[in-house]
Amino acid sequence: MQYHTPSSFSEAVTISNSADGLVKYLAGGTDVLVQLKIGNNSPDHLIDIKKIPGVKEIALREDGGWTIGAAVSGVQLTNHKKLSREWPGLVEGMELVGSAQIQSRATLVGNLCNGSPAADSVPGMIAAGATVSVVSSSGTTEVLVEDIPVGPGLTNLGTGEIITAVNLPKRNKHEGDAYLRFIPRTEMDIAVVGCAVNLSLENEVIRSAKVVLGAVGPKVEVATPAAECLLGENLDENILSIFSDKCSELAKPISDKRGSEEFRKEVIGVIAKRAAKKAYDRALGNK
Amino acid sequence: MNKIHVKTNINGDQVEFLADSRETLLDCLRDHVGLTGSKEGCGTGDCGACSCIFDGELVSSCLVLGVEAEGKSIETIEGMAGQEDLHPLQKKFIEMAALQCGFCTPGILVAAKALLEKNNNPTETEVRYWLAGNLCRCTGYDKIIKAVMETAKDIRETA
Ligand SMILES: Cc1cc2nc3c(=O)[nH]c(=O)nc-3n(C[C@H](O)[C@H](O)[C@H](O)COP(=O)(O)OP(=O)(O)OC[C@H]3O[C@@H](n4cnc5c(N)ncnc54)[C@H](O)[C@@H]3O)c2cc1C
Ligand code: FES
Ligand code: FES
Repeated sequence: MQYHTPSSFSEAVTISNSADGLVKYLAGGTDVLVQLKIGNNSPDHLIDIKKIPGVKEIALREDGGWTIGAAVSGVQLTNHKKLSREWPGLVEGMELVGSAQIQSRATLVGNLCNGSPAADSVPGMIAAGATVSVVSSSGTTEVLVEDIPVGPGLTNLGTGEIITAVNLPKRNKHEGDAYLRFIPRTEMDIAVVGCAVNLSLENEVIRSAKVVLGAVGPKVEVATPAAECLLGENLDENILSIFSDKCSELAKPISDKRGSEEFRKEVIGVIAKRAAKKAYDRALGNK
Repeated sequence: MNKIHVKTNINGDQVEFLADSRETLLDCLRDHVGLTGSKEGCGTGDCGACSCIFDGELVSSCLVLGVEAEGKSIETIEGMAGQEDLHPLQKKFIEMAALQCGFCTPGILVAAKALLEKNNNPTETEVRYWLAGNLCRCTGYDKIIKAVMETAKDIRETA
């Protein structure tokens, strides 16, 4: 395996395009090193992006949104007070990834590009309406996070396409997000189901909603029909119950050792309901 | 296989070694630098026996490549005790018998020290969550958690 440390994204793209064999990028390495160890999907070329200037920065853009560099770690997100206040759901999704040791290294971009349907930070990014900046030999484009995963372990990124940053839109008043997952233990486990909800309110009525389901299909999925149940509503028990049923109906999980299909369909409804409540309370300003 | 020359700082000493690009920092510490205090329990980030401080941050050294250490500074369990004295956490672990076979102990000490440096007044829940990435197959954790809480208390009292 050849290890590369480019000092710019354009250099990284050039290396990637001229390399033969499997190319991977090294952000936090918490997925890549495990794959190296077990000899699964082991790359021939590993391009470490951490020496590229700016990759560890969290910046507030002029339009009021955030740009989070591709190598920003979980700890950095948690420690960023303003970002955590504006996007608590997104940050709590990332915080759930692994232990303190993992948090020092793991990144949003790595979590996204590893392509797991159970990736904990991905539903929150999608619910937030986040995009990623993708650089290639033909320039930089902005792609919705939801368009990146295509199936278990698979993304839409081609050879020589590298993510430079995650972009969050401006946060307005009366908006709130939340992410919850179900795991059989209290820490250090993979989501059996997960759900992120992002809401914006007008006079306590839901004006727009985005609902994203994790670990109940081959990839993280946007649940538009479930979000539509919430529009124009105040989130009373009746609406929550319709919403919960809709999420269960939309879930297309598999059965495996961590949960049967029926169990996952039922639990996603419960988790989605709780996440919606939490997002709603946050949008009202009640934490 | 052509090896890569790595220059780094470990526990305050300049150190150089030759690493294969696939070798982990843990492999390099143990096999090239001769620091065998960091243990390999799993090699996949789950057990924390290999915990080190890398660039000021608590990491599992089995999830860091040796070549990533170039120009960085690393603290391992070997750097924890002072010239004369053990670290307060080390003393407390002995005093309170917070270890049995000891395999997890270096990692737990490094992780606990990182916690107490950011927060010398953690709740028991905070200690338990912080150490969730450190597995111990012997003690049942209780004595470990108590020893960390007691050390925090001593640190606060002497501060
Ligand atoms: C003990 C342990 C516990 C874990 N627990 C969880 C958990 O609870 N929830 C969860 O979701 N995950 C968990 N993970 C998985 C992992 O930590 C996360 O997926 C993490 O966010 C990956 O980020 P990274 O920066 O370490 O990725 P890396 O390992 O650096 O990279 C992952 C993938 O992304 C690609 N990539 C990296 N950067 C770029 C880029 N800039 N452009 C294009 N592609 C790129 C790489 O080629 C690779 O395929 C756990 C892992 C371990 C070892
Ligand atoms: S050996 Fe590194 S975490 Fe287990
Ligand atoms: S004392 Fe044996 S593993 Fe912890």
